[in-house]
Amino acid sequence: MQFELKHITYGLLTLFIVLNYGLILQGIMPKIAARVGRRYGIRWYQPYIDIIKNHAKRSKITHGIMYYLGPVFRLSGGIGLLMFMPVIFGSPYFGNFSFAGDLTLVLYFQFFGVLGMALGAGESGHPHSAIGVSRGLSQVTALELPLTLGVISIAMQYGTLRIADIVAAQQGGIMNWTIFTNPFAGAALMLSFLGSMGRAPFDVVLAPQEIPIGPPTEYHSGFLGILQLNRAIFPVAKLILFMNLLYGGATSWPELFIKTFFIYLWSVFVGVAFPRFRVDQSVRWFLGVPLLFGIIAILLI
Amino acid sequence: MSKSDLEKRTVMSPDGEPIEINPLQDYFCDAHPKVHEPVLPIFEKFLNWARSESLWVLGFGTGCGAIEMRPLMTPRFDAYRFGIQWRPTPRQSSVFIISGYLSVKTLKRVIRSYEQMQNPKFVIALGSCTINGGMYWDSYNTIKRLDHYLPVDVYIAGCMPRPEAILAGFEKLKELIRQGKGEGANLYAQNFDWYKANQKKIIKDWDMPDYNW
Ligand code: SF4
Repeated sequence: MQFELKHITYGLLTLFIVLNYGLILQGIMPKIAARVGRRYGIRWYQPYIDIIKNHAKRSKITHGIMYYLGPVFRLSGGIGLLMFMPVIFGSPYFGNFSFAGDLTLVLYFQFFGVLGMALGAGESGHPHSAIGVSRGLSQVTALELPLTLGVISIAMQYGTLRIADIVAAQQGGIMNWTIFTNPFAGAALMLSFLGSMGRAPFDVVLAPQEIPIGPPTEYHSGFLGILQLNRAIFPVAKLILFMNLLYGGATSWPELFIKTFFIYLWSVFVGVAFPRFRVDQSVRWFLGVPLLFGIIAILLI
Repeated sequence: MSKSDLEKRTVMSPDGEPIEINPLQDYFCDAHPKVHEPVLPIFEKFLNWARSESLWVLGFGTGCGAIEMRPLMTPRFDAYRFGIQWRPTPRQSSVFIISGYLSVKTLKRVIRSYEQMQNPKFVIALGSCTINGGMYWDSYNTIKRLDHYLPVDVYIAGCMPRPEAILAGFEKLKELIRQGKGEGANLYAQNFDWYKANQKKIIKDWDMPDYNW
């Protein structure tokens, strides 16, 4: 691949668009959930204010080097996921740094951020952070199983590990989308997607009022600001991944916005309809039906 | 943690060497808090606006007034639409609501939580108990005037104040912050010795570092 200045510029532009889109989504989705509960909910631009506020805090304290690196790991996980994926199909500019075999790397990046947080939270010395981290990690590990099976099934179906090729194979009509050509893999992916978005019923690991709130307990001021930036980028990167794998990718930005919005809405929809699982329940749930779908998807290919 | 855990002592390390530990110094920072000056007025105005529109409340209920904070999250009052959100940890929050009377024991926890919050931070005092002792004015175990121990930005009078009153108090706090008057954290740092002396006068068994960051 030729590496030119142009690529960096367009990479940054992608990042900028995705960041803003992610922040707006972060404002709109709670609003939708609040409307279901007959509330007005937060203002759609509230995430912007929160980030400015957090960076405007005047004092910071630190707990050591890993504490600094936690948010950095997390953010680089989000940006890495985004940068190694073809965002707009067929565009020479927004293909970013995707390459053959990027699917494996993308799967790896999913886990990267959580691990970074685990290290950083461990350093903060908060007595409950170990509980929080282990709860988070066990849920992520459980949901990775159906996710990975689904992804392997899709990779076998198209005989490639390159996301751009997978998208290319789905062009030419809705019926060519993987969700219709390989419904079991699609189901396994969409169910594990629910867990990875961190919304109800799988949000107990992030639930702020839980006593061991988990990794971000000690993070504040600018550190929290960085985590919030990642909170905006990472979901959109994940949405783009699922759109690429299951829904035929996008050939333009508006198409991308529409498709990812509805994929996100699926998790919000489930979230407002179902109450929370405890961590042990959600682990068992992921190892049940979603895993079954994943195995069937592998067997059928 | 008991008081004896905080004392200086010599212990044997696993490989048989005696080491001296002083928990108060090793685990806590007891440096004096610093005054953080506001930046250029034109930026400060903008930042103050952001601070006032994103108030993160520490979930900490002290007296009976805490009951009146819950309805704020419900559809009827819905404080979220004013940019008010609840946070679980003092590190991330910027508003501390003292919701009623403070027993001496709770005061200790309140001081620790308050000091862990990052500058700028604001305090809302809820109910008459925080103003002059309220119906606990002659109690042997509660404090009477909160602002002897922490700098208070807004008082909400009543016993107990209704959720509407609390919302009005938040609006007042926003106004103060926008005018650049929400400098409680700096006030605390400037008059640190006075506040500490007052706190120590009332907390007899002082078993924590003088300043918890
Ligand atoms: S002011 Fe009244 S309601 Fe509030 S804490 Fe005191 S006695 Fe309770």
